[in-house]
Amino acid sequence: MEIKLSIKNLDAYYGKNQVLKNISLDIPKNKVVAIIGPSGCGKSTFLRSLNRMHEVVGGTIKGEILLDGEDLTKTDPVLLRKRVGMVFQKPNPFPSMSIFNNVAAGLKLNGVRNKKQITPIVEKCLRQAALWEEVKNNLNDSGANISGGQQQRLCIARTLAVNPEVILMDEPASALDPISTTKIEDLIFELKKDYTIVIVTHNMQQAARVSDYTAFFYMGELIEFSDTKKMFTSPDKQQTEDYIRGRFG
Amino acid sequence: MNSRFFHYRKKITSMIMMSLTFAATLAAIVPLIFIFYYTISKGITYLNLDFFIAMPKPVGETGGGMANAIVGTLMLIGIGGAIGVPVGIMTGTYLSEFGNNKFGFMVRFLTDVLSGVPSIVVGVVAYTMVVLPMKHFSAIAGGIALGILMIPTITRTTEEMIKLVPHSLREAGLALGIPKWKTTLAIVIRSAWKGIATGVLLGLSRAAGETAPLLFTALGNRFWSTSIGQPIASLTVYIYDYAKSPFEDWNQQAWTAALVLILLISILSLVFRIITRSKYKTN
Repeated sequence: MEIKLSIKNLDAYYGKNQVLKNISLDIPKNKVVAIIGPSGCGKSTFLRSLNRMHEVVGGTIKGEILLDGEDLTKTDPVLLRKRVGMVFQKPNPFPSMSIFNNVAAGLKLNGVRNKKQITPIVEKCLRQAALWEEVKNNLNDSGANISGGQQQRLCIARTLAVNPEVILMDEPASALDPISTTKIEDLIFELKKDYTIVIVTHNMQQAARVSDYTAFFYMGELIEFSDTKKMFTSPDKQQTEDYIRGRFG
Repeated sequence: MNSRFFHYRKKITSMIMMSLTFAATLAAIVPLIFIFYYTISKGITYLNLDFFIAMPKPVGETGGGMANAIVGTLMLIGIGGAIGVPVGIMTGTYLSEFGNNKFGFMVRFLTDVLSGVPSIVVGVVAYTMVVLPMKHFSAIAGGIALGILMIPTITRTTEEMIKLVPHSLREAGLALGIPKWKTTLAIVIRSAWKGIATGVLLGLSRAAGETAPLLFTALGNRFWSTSIGQPIASLTVYIYDYAKSPFEDWNQQAWTAALVLILLISILSLVFRIITRSKYKTN
């Protein structure tokens, strides 16, 4: 099994407040890894540190994160984020841009000008995000005038357009209705053929459904990391079992 | 005390407050209506094609127009805008995106002070800095004075409008591997564009209506001039000169000049609205 991301002794801080304590974890290529745990356990910070978006909200990290063996804490964050994309909890399409330009934004703003080159990529990404059939006739409408579920798939298409290797998803379905949630979950299943996916979720069933591996975080520590099936049937730690059975959290 | 008493008291309080706000609204628009009424009724008599294309007549002759002043005012706003708009927008962007420090605080404070400085003082500054070294009055000196006057309005509006752009859009841009400066320019400023344009319009309109800073910078000119190195006519200075002149004909023309100035600003405002109209219907 090929390792895509290898996290070694990761600590994270907001100011003096330590939010992640000595996390070590290997994320295999073309698999879905779910991060679960109660609010405030450091899930989002962990996810953000993987493409250094924690810096945008004033966090700092110590330790190593190897992306294909290269320490990403020492590279240029702008280049890193093209390789490690992110989908946020609340759909955030660019309201001043059309659906087409939302998907094309990452390309256009990174210097790709040739429309002949952009158009097929936009279609491909919208198809990959299972949105093409719904929007193909109004690609020039605002990206903010479609439903919440469609907006989130648009954001996924936008992330795919820059051709990342890893996609980070921060509770991508928590603001969506059940039908949109199912669509996103099906999508994750499709996407793992081409991408490595790390997903933070509050929804235990969702983690069980979409992921191959699950990591349980509690109070900034990694309590358990194992195969999802094993995690949800016979976890090693009592704490994990208590959380999964809904006894706390 | 029973609950019915409280119920009526609430209703009465609500009615009184409603009436008060309505009265305040009336008080605000009545002067506006009077201004429009007087300017239109008095200014309309001289409002003809000549006013826009003819030059002022020499003292003693009636008629003539203010072609030079209309062009002059447009040029002065143009020069002022060329200075004030970029400086204002860039300062506002800096303050909102990078100005969370002591320097930003100082700039913000100084901008507020500048917006409170009487316009005539800005005129004196432009006089000392531009007119004295050049040894004569000029359009460029007037334009610089107006440009300085625009800066605080445009800066603060830009800052406030950019702050309204949700943080999630900045994050979306950065997460796509777009550098911060490009995210700011192509996503943040673009999302706030409509509000920024309103600030620019306010700045330009305020500058178009200024007289005091022009008196000893652009001075005024009874002849046709489009040279930025020479004194230039403006509608406001004409209004000032003509309104205090002893000639009935000139007093009338001052009203017309005021009307044309209002028209000019209305057109500018309309053009801005059309340019910045959102491509998309908002729902």
